[in-house]
Amino acid sequence: MTWIDAVIQGILLGGLYALFACGLSLMFGVMRIINLAHGDLALLATFMVLVISQHLGLSPFAALVIVLPGAAVVGYALQYAMFNPSLRGGELSPLLATFGLSVVIGNMLLEVFSPDTHSLSAGALTTASWHITSQISISALSAVIFGAAVLVLGGLQLLLSYTQLGRAMRATADDARTAELVGINAKRVYAIATAIALATAALAGTFFGMRSSFDPTLGPSQLIFAFEAVVIGGLGSLWGTLVGGILLGVAQTVGAQAFGAEWAIVSGNVLFLLVLAFRSQGIFAAREAHQ
Amino acid sequence: MSLLEVRDLEVRHGLLQAVRGVSFALEEGDTLALVGANGAGKSTLLRAIAGGHRPSRGQIVFGDRDIIRLPAYKRVALGMGLVPEGRHLFPSLTVEENLVVAERPGYWTLDGVLEAFPMLAPRRKSRAAVLSGGERQATAIGRALMTNPRLLLLDEVSLGLAPVAVEDLYRSLRTVIERGATVLLVEQDLGRAMALCQRVACMLEGRLVLEGHSGELTREQVTEAYFGLRRAGIEVGSREGSQ
Amino acid sequence: MSVQRWTRVSLLFSGATAGIVVILALVPFWFGPNTTEKLTELFVLIILAAMWNALAGYAGLVSIGQQAFIGIGAYAVIVFTDHGINGYVAVVLAALFSGLISLPISLLVFRLRGGQFAIGTWVVAEIFRLLVTNDQSIGGGTGRSLDALNIYAPADRQAYTYWVALALMTALMLASFVLLRSRLGGALQAIRDDERAAESVGVPVARAKRIVFLLAAVGCGAAGAITMANTLTVTPDSIFGIQWTAYMIFMVLLGGLGTFEGPVLGALVLFGVQQEFQGSGSWYLVGLGAVAIAVTLVFPRGLWGALVDRFNIRLMPVGHTLRTLVSRRSES
Repeated sequence: MTWIDAVIQGILLGGLYALFACGLSLMFGVMRIINLAHGDLALLATFMVLVISQHLGLSPFAALVIVLPGAAVVGYALQYAMFNPSLRGGELSPLLATFGLSVVIGNMLLEVFSPDTHSLSAGALTTASWHITSQISISALSAVIFGAAVLVLGGLQLLLSYTQLGRAMRATADDARTAELVGINAKRVYAIATAIALATAALAGTFFGMRSSFDPTLGPSQLIFAFEAVVIGGLGSLWGTLVGGILLGVAQTVGAQAFGAEWAIVSGNVLFLLVLAFRSQGIFAAREAHQ
Repeated sequence: MSLLEVRDLEVRHGLLQAVRGVSFALEEGDTLALVGANGAGKSTLLRAIAGGHRPSRGQIVFGDRDIIRLPAYKRVALGMGLVPEGRHLFPSLTVEENLVVAERPGYWTLDGVLEAFPMLAPRRKSRAAVLSGGERQATAIGRALMTNPRLLLLDEVSLGLAPVAVEDLYRSLRTVIERGATVLLVEQDLGRAMALCQRVACMLEGRLVLEGHSGELTREQVTEAYFGLRRAGIEVGSREGSQ
Repeated sequence: MSVQRWTRVSLLFSGATAGIVVILALVPFWFGPNTTEKLTELFVLIILAAMWNALAGYAGLVSIGQQAFIGIGAYAVIVFTDHGINGYVAVVLAALFSGLISLPISLLVFRLRGGQFAIGTWVVAEIFRLLVTNDQSIGGGTGRSLDALNIYAPADRQAYTYWVALALMTALMLASFVLLRSRLGGALQAIRDDERAAESVGVPVARAKRIVFLLAAVGCGAAGAITMANTLTVTPDSIFGIQWTAYMIFMVLLGGLGTFEGPVLGALVLFGVQQEFQGSGSWYLVGLGAVAIAVTLVFPRGLWGALVDRFNIRLMPVGHTLRTLVSRRSES
């Protein structure tokens, strides 16, 4: 029974990882940038939610009304100020620039908020849960996070498949120069993609802060989980990312159940390496190629 | 007033000067074929007009504005539609998506394009990556038409295609022109170019060396200009004009 | 027009470099342990900068996980000395061991390209950090201290560590110099210009990259092992920390990516900055990150690149100089 519980908790945790991952995946898909500051930007949003909810006495959910559009605006501006210029400098530049950004944000958070741990209260959701059997229970917060992740990923998939903006994003991803020649403003498409990516990262960061305590040093590990989810699921498929996140979450919770809590993250990493070694295109890539 | 006026345009590729002081004008409804040997600078000129290359000197006036500083996507909004050499479709998009992604309000709609290029109708839901050469070219032309351009720029339409496919495409192009399009066409096939367009211009080594009405120029005149024979002082024999 | 490698300046400078090494070797006779300890830190930075530059600047491999090899080098010293090996022999063995470990790792991470490769190497470094943290026999999360070097008197020990560091730095710089001047260097240049084209004309892309990755692993292992001998204590969080990568990127970018001399210059700058600002905590890292961003965006050739542009000097003959191409163009 405890094993089933571990799998269920892993699936729910995986939703959060997929939510972290979809922004990373979107930016990589549209402009081939791996944003190494993704985790730190998510954590920055978590701290913004913390500050706003503390100072205005709002619930973290209410603070999201301010922080999500804020993150989108920051993403849009970052694209024009930093990522677009770095794209001109060849393949290395975006990596180096985003790594620099990660160092800057992580250490600024450390200076401003000290290495102490903080947490966000999700109110009644934190304690509510459904008891399925005596040993298996699902917390309301985990379920809400998982549901939100599925909604966001599904929404993104719909956006990409059926809207003019989505078509423009895919066209720009295929060939940015030609996209410009048929009337698409590629830089603006990039900026919108980054705005969406940062909004989803902010949402993920906030949920993360509600689930567990956090401190300013955790940005890189969120980036790594997100990246592992993307690679496990296979690049370029949002549903693959969801499955990748879930597999990563399950590997962590089951690994913790089997070997002890300190082996949770290692178990996830090992799954990542196994996928890399035996199926480096990811679990879902083959299906994509046939479409 | 002319729809397009190019004045003293120069374009460089690094040290190479691909276009040297080219000037010409196009009126609304004109169809001009730009011919010339490989490397004469035709495609570069076309891309410079569309915004794919930045000229080092000169003016490009479209409608009533100098568009030389405008990025390509803004030129599309003003009514410039380029069918690039090598088609450059978006491979992961379907035919229909390739067309719709470029859509701007006007005469041409998805249905209109599919009617003008009947070969595309059965392939609407296919990804561009799996199309034949002729279908790709048709999609590329259709995509440019979907922007409802005032000026359609066509680069090497028949290059690398089977003769049957070229025949189909030119039939479709003729219907497009009959509906009143202004066209600037780059083509290596002299015969087709002169048959489709009212006017012909010939480029040699980056310069415009001959311009006139298709009906008034003889094939020999164009051939001479094409190879630069008259200037080199060589008599032209009864050689075929197209490559 | 002729292709030149050795300019008069670079000949002079190569001689001067040999002289500098000799002078550096004499430092412990003139100065105390404080100076040699600091200079050992500088040597570590120079090694790291040169290795990361070989990776990113020559092989196009942006690794943000070299701390894996720094940590492996440091912990290997502990494991080897626990088995009775002399401390300084262990330092050299640790560097080689780190290179050995890099081979299976390269099989995995070389399946990833560009940005994915970058983050993949980071995952590998994290895995090693967690493995070490979970292993109580080498101190777990609280780390360990190195006792094997206590057989030497403190002043002697500092001098020996200094000499080992100087020797390793010189050997590694020489190795990368020779490597970049060999056929492999030409292959790497081709890869950097256009990887696919290079592959299609028979440049052994994968092998060239793997050799550089191996060299960088040995170098970073050496840096970790020297740091271990210099500081005598280690914790997994610091030795496997991402700040090492931040240092490397800062030094190489500021100095000049893909130049041989630039990273050394970058290491000197970082060393100076560290002496001045290390006490100011995280703000100092914020500054390093900000400078890295700024250099990437507006100054991509770095300090050395700017100097070369301005004065057309080249101290180390790694590249090729096309003589008189510019000056004779008007005549042709």
